[in-house]
Amino acid sequence: MSQWRATRGGGRLMRLRGLVRKEFLQIVRDPSSIAIAFLMPVVLLLLFGYGVSLDAEHVAIAIVVDQPSAITASFTGELMRSRYFEPSFMPTMADAERAMRARRVSAIVRLRSDFARERMTGSAPIQVVLNGVDANTARLVGGYLEGVWITWLQEQAYEAGEPFDISVAMEERVWFNSEIKSRDFLVPGLIAIIMTLIGALLTAMVMAREWERGTMEALLATPAAIPEILLGKLIPYFVLGTGGMALSVAMALWLFGVPLRGSFTALFAGSTLFLLTALGIGLTISILAKNQFVAGQTAIITTFLPAFILSGFLFDISSMPPIIRGITYFIPARYFVAILQTVFLAGDVPSILLPNGLALLLMATFFLGVSRLRSRKRLE
Amino acid sequence: MARRVWALAIKEFLVLLKDPRSRLVIIVPPFVQLMIFSFAASFDLNDIPFAVYCEDPGLDAQELLSGFRRSRHFEETAWITSDAEIAPLIDAKRVLLVIHIGPRFSRDLRLRRPAALQAIVDGRDSNTALVALGYVRSVVNRYNAQYTARNGIRAPSARLETRAWFNPNLESRWFIVPGIVGMITLVVTLIVTALSVAREREQGTFDQTLVAPFRAGEILLGKAIPGFAIGLSEASLILLVAIVLFQVPFRGSLVTLYAGLALFLMAAIGVGLMISSLAVTQQQGLLGTFLFMVPAVILSGFATPIANMPPILQHVTLINPLRYLLVILRGVFLEGAPCGELVDQLWPMAIIGAVNLATAAWLFRKRSA
Amino acid sequence: MTTNAPRPALDSVSSLDDVVLDVQDVHKRFHAGKRAIPALRGARLRARRGHVTGLIGPDGAGKTTLMRMIAGLLVPDSGTIQVLGRDATRDSLAVQAVIGYMPQRFGLYEDLTVMENFELHADLRGVSRSERAQRFHDLMHLTGLGPFTTRLAGRLSGGMKQKLGLACTLVRTPELLLLDEPTVGVDPQSRRELWAIVDRMVRESAVSVFVSTLYLDEAAHCDQVVIIHEGEVLGQDAPHVYSDAMRGRVWSVQAPGVKPRAIQARLARQEGVLDAVVLGDGARLIGRPGWTPEPRTLFEHLERATLTPAEPRFEDAFIDLLRTRVQPSEESPDQPPGSPAHRDQPAAKAVINVENVERKFGDFYAVKGVTFQVDRGEVFGLLGANGAGKSTTFRMLCGLLPATAGRLRVAGVDARKAAAAARARLGYMSQKFSLYGYLSVRQNLNFFSSAYGLAGAKRATRIAWALDQFQLAPHADAPSADLALGYKQRLALACALLHEPEILFLDEPTSGVDPIARREFWQRINTLAEQGVTVLVTTHFMEEAEYCDRLAVMAAGEILALGSPAEVKRMAGAPGSPDLTMEDAFIRLIEHSQAAGASA
Repeated sequence: MSQWRATRGGGRLMRLRGLVRKEFLQIVRDPSSIAIAFLMPVVLLLLFGYGVSLDAEHVAIAIVVDQPSAITASFTGELMRSRYFEPSFMPTMADAERAMRARRVSAIVRLRSDFARERMTGSAPIQVVLNGVDANTARLVGGYLEGVWITWLQEQAYEAGEPFDISVAMEERVWFNSEIKSRDFLVPGLIAIIMTLIGALLTAMVMAREWERGTMEALLATPAAIPEILLGKLIPYFVLGTGGMALSVAMALWLFGVPLRGSFTALFAGSTLFLLTALGIGLTISILAKNQFVAGQTAIITTFLPAFILSGFLFDISSMPPIIRGITYFIPARYFVAILQTVFLAGDVPSILLPNGLALLLMATFFLGVSRLRSRKRLE
Repeated sequence: MARRVWALAIKEFLVLLKDPRSRLVIIVPPFVQLMIFSFAASFDLNDIPFAVYCEDPGLDAQELLSGFRRSRHFEETAWITSDAEIAPLIDAKRVLLVIHIGPRFSRDLRLRRPAALQAIVDGRDSNTALVALGYVRSVVNRYNAQYTARNGIRAPSARLETRAWFNPNLESRWFIVPGIVGMITLVVTLIVTALSVAREREQGTFDQTLVAPFRAGEILLGKAIPGFAIGLSEASLILLVAIVLFQVPFRGSLVTLYAGLALFLMAAIGVGLMISSLAVTQQQGLLGTFLFMVPAVILSGFATPIANMPPILQHVTLINPLRYLLVILRGVFLEGAPCGELVDQLWPMAIIGAVNLATAAWLFRKRSA
Repeated sequence: MTTNAPRPALDSVSSLDDVVLDVQDVHKRFHAGKRAIPALRGARLRARRGHVTGLIGPDGAGKTTLMRMIAGLLVPDSGTIQVLGRDATRDSLAVQAVIGYMPQRFGLYEDLTVMENFELHADLRGVSRSERAQRFHDLMHLTGLGPFTTRLAGRLSGGMKQKLGLACTLVRTPELLLLDEPTVGVDPQSRRELWAIVDRMVRESAVSVFVSTLYLDEAAHCDQVVIIHEGEVLGQDAPHVYSDAMRGRVWSVQAPGVKPRAIQARLARQEGVLDAVVLGDGARLIGRPGWTPEPRTLFEHLERATLTPAEPRFEDAFIDLLRTRVQPSEESPDQPPGSPAHRDQPAAKAVINVENVERKFGDFYAVKGVTFQVDRGEVFGLLGANGAGKSTTFRMLCGLLPATAGRLRVAGVDARKAAAAARARLGYMSQKFSLYGYLSVRQNLNFFSSAYGLAGAKRATRIAWALDQFQLAPHADAPSADLALGYKQRLALACALLHEPEILFLDEPTSGVDPIARREFWQRINTLAEQGVTVLVTTHFMEEAEYCDRLAVMAAGEILALGSPAEVKRMAGAPGSPDLTMEDAFIRLIEHSQAAGASA
């Protein structure tokens, strides 16, 4: 009796240290966990950072001028100068339509033969045909064309010495991302998705591995208590996850040139909370699924896909139907995306950081609590 | 030969459909993805929360603002009276947009000087910002047209007449849903084929198959047929959902679409069987599937246009079969493109499919026969 | 009938203070889907301080379930388990602090070194730094792992893993040591060494040991043996008590000039004979209680046969216990599997030819310089522990693995390059009875019959034959994963025999099935061999060697001895000791080869 009492109190720290040390040794020896923690962020960041871009630049458009004149030349010249367009002249509308059907151009701008004449009498139409298949790109192209048109009108008025005859002029001011670079908002969101994968996948797989290889059975039959076994997993993978996070942040700042307007402290606090949530989810999955295959599949299906679609990383949450919007509240990545986008692009805004941080804290408590309560020192 | 392949294919179907786990994987995730993607994956904005900062008491300003209030894209959530109030609202994401009308608005308008409307937008999500500004612009344009007409002012010397082909209201769901058909077909086909050999290796039945008088080609064919059949039927089902539930117009020919699907399935099955030949455990198979799938979806133009990528990546997309299928799907759905226009998409897939299947067969022989 | 069978002798445990383990009326069921599978049905046993108590029973008897309950890892549905006076279920943490438990597969971290595994267990068991060095030194000395402290556990041989697993549980001397099948898949030499370590621990540190095993011959190492079968404890007693009860019922039969298999087959069918097995040049039989052999009726067609009483073994009692409980299947599997055309062919010479075959994995020779031949109608065994190279040889013969060098010919062709048609003459049954688990028995048979090109009436007849011959008809529509292990083995054999192969490859066909099912299985195999089917079989059960006409004993990739069982025993250098077991012979052979290696 006295023997085990003695080992219980003082031995706790020794047991925890032993478990943590073992886990680190395994991490060092197993290339796959290193790959998941460090290689995956690099590959995914490069792939998404460069592959996913909503910035339409150098959009190929067709210009059809039925009757060239000085006035049409001034308009097409304006188009040629825009960095958004790569215009090519087509002799007839039929040619342009063919080019559009063949997906060689995304829009057609046509100046009809009566352009110059109508301009004298009233308002000359500039015909624009957009390829609406990719609605988002089409809308952007439409916006760019409108910008070109306004600039041209202004210049025309200035040259003629006339007042610029437009009633309301719009001035645009884009905060936080004045150049409107999509990469600046995609990269922080991407970090959230990568951390979801690392945290959940890594823990779910390593716990399942212990079950599969029969080492968990040996571990459970020792005097180690459940909190010690769970902490023995949490601590090493928390460190590993933080390493992956640091790598991702470094890439964001120095490779992709995303500004960091908030503080490292806020970044660290947010990622700690999120990592704990992700690790908690991983532990919970591994308690429910005791083989690596099911655990891996569950982790990908329940964390990666929802994080990709429902976190607001790519698609705006407030425009989703109410039911789906309701679901997003259960996706931890949603809160982390908000925190990251704010800390990177806006700064430490308490009104964003506090509620989102609180939500993550609740989720971390919930998942870690579930994994604590659902783990027994039993094989059933 | 036909009988043996048939026996293999029947066995493969039974294994897939009788195992509750694989049945689940084939049926549930695709439909959850279809639903969530179709409803959630959209670049369109509704009810953009905006704040009004109007320093001009005049009627003209009110009329302009009512243009925003009437639009289904906007939702007024705050009325502010000073510059200092702007930052907290935007920082905390309470509004995406602040519409600022200065005190000289009415006067400028009456003097026929351009009257300024300032739109301050949260740029954290650059795409949302751009789309929102586009909506603002169209409200302003509409107001301008009305104002000039009403006051007999000379209209601008030229005006834009914009229309969009294929998708007049520029609904992004029309763009996303056909893409989902392609993506889910890829996912299902890969999962069915990529794990099948590994599963048999783990259970030991693969040796049994190799020892039986099957040729390597027959075994591969036996594995490919279920992938093809399940991929094709799942694609058809999703097509139906897209047309009936999501009301995406279907304008082209089914023949073209199925020709494209068939070629794509060949290419996808080739990849699946390659992974299958290499993977020793199901876990490796799953990892291989994931490693192929993520880049394949990203570099396909599924969510963001290929044209926006750096040139090197654009070249890489040329070997991605999903890229071609997406063009075909959108072409057939929205453009009603005839087969002739899509030939350029069909032959690359045929080549990729042939290369993939040949490589899979070579790997398979090398690794097991 | 069962009056002679030993009953649980609980009263032999004198005082309760002496009891380190007390299992009372424990029941346990597992749930698989909607079905409840009973694992333990009223198990009861006691183990004494300072004793080695063995738990013996076939796979699936409930040994591991019981072990896990004692270690506090499973909760019994009813009944109590007391370990050193504490309740193993309620007080499991306290129990875990005083026991050492080595699970199956040893529970080692294979990507950690020997030293690191040891350190982890020292941390978990709270062994202080100062004690640690001495303890480590002692255990490395005891297990002989000293030279390998920096090697990864995964790189150790099975025997060394097993010793490391044991060392880890001994890092702080436990009061009760639980070992779950510590000797499975380990070579005979390592098995002996493990028992030596256990004996020493008991002697020097007064450790009590509770060990489960499926090897019947290991009963001799125990002070007390508990027999468990299908979740029930059939008896607990000292091992000699079991065998003493069999005295006068065991005989050895010799008939010069007659194949031992034939003797065995003839004897097994006699009235009053409970069991007959091949042993050396003759057979060994167990009579039913009260039966006296009548040589004239017994040896009707056996000339010059002699019958001598034999020394009873533990195994005899075990078989007796099981036979009287389990009804043997009604039919005797002696019906011919159809009418194979090849039966009447003149016995050509070597059907399987292996010449100087080697197989390398990296720098490592899994098989080196192996040469043997198998004649038509012969049962040829490949014998050896895990890692001896028998599975590699087997896989090369089946064409599943290319040889690095040498010539392999099966029925005149290289199986690796054989056309599909040539493979149709082979039958194959793999280690794990690989079947499609979600497919029903009938669907499995359908698939394999089509795989081998059977069609129409022929196919229907063969499937009907398989369902009937192997008594699978009642289970025809059950998923094969739900079958009991013995039935899975039958179905796997049925699938391999559907197309009436000329050559049958069997990889560990009896692993995990109980001794009775194993006997039935070998009877079937022998019947097939009588009909001219050539059988190549691998096994790690040394005693199964007796069923083979000829065998090759393998170790470390090489053949140590080749010949009939009797010849192999003679080669082991023990002339005139017919009672020498194949395992003894095996160990001697290994010792010879090691001595030769050392002198060379």
